[in-house]
Amino acid sequence: MSPLDALPPYAELLGITLTPRDGAAPTLLLPFRDAVLGRPGFLHGGAIAGLLEVAAIVSLQHALAGEGGGRIKPVNVTVDFMRGGRDKPTHAEGIVTRLGTRIANVEALAWQDDRARPIASARMNYLIVRE
Amino acid sequence: MSGFNIDAFMAHRFGGHAGALGIVYHAKGPGWVELALPYRDALIGDPASGVLASGPIIALMDMATSIAVWVKRDRFAPQATLDLRVDYLRPAVPGRTVIGRGECLRLTRSIAFVRGIAYDETPDDPLAQVAGTFMLMDRAA
Repeated sequence: MSPLDALPPYAELLGITLTPRDGAAPTLLLPFRDAVLGRPGFLHGGAIAGLLEVAAIVSLQHALAGEGGGRIKPVNVTVDFMRGGRDKPTHAEGIVTRLGTRIANVEALAWQDDRARPIASARMNYLIVRE
Repeated sequence: MSGFNIDAFMAHRFGGHAGALGIVYHAKGPGWVELALPYRDALIGDPASGVLASGPIIALMDMATSIAVWVKRDRFAPQATLDLRVDYLRPAVPGRTVIGRGECLRLTRSIAFVRGIAYDETPDDPLAQVAGTFMLMDRAA
């Protein structure tokens, strides 16, 4: 199994699955269930943030795979919560804004019915250790 | 509803996402609240090293800072996280429980400003620092 197909135990706890795309990093799908519940009927903000971080790492691994790979170390993340996450599936996608030699700038977006109406977004900086 | 009894609030086990992560109450002090995230294999983000994923640490800090707002307001009321920034100062040591300490720095009419740290041995050696804002949903803007 390539590292691109292997999600860490934490992603399995959330219930995340990957949806492959041609020529781009997979998108993520998070089903609504008790393990991601915050206040009744809504996703927990921590679960949304976790989904965004997994999406960012999946997109960064995809981008790095084309350059011989590398280890990814999180430096920081800023999450903006825009709408409550309701009791329905949530999609997420990571976007590598810049992949440098040592630092990657990555964004991630989470939405439910309409990608143009995100429920949350995040910006991350990662340190890259080239192999 | 007026008055926030943190001891009564914390006497219940968390359900939902917090329960799935295993987050429990840890301690409180003047101006701060601490929750604990015990280490578990299911929370690993990097199987090669066994280091915890960052998502559970965000959830821990979101909750610790959120409860700190209720304590400062002495009121349990709905609030929405506007934003949360986390700096990962160092990896959490595999096997150790992570403690999240939240503080509410300032309350305005509609916004609460919070900060916090996460540590796995002593607060003097934090593994993460956070800053965030909550919108108070029971107040007019």
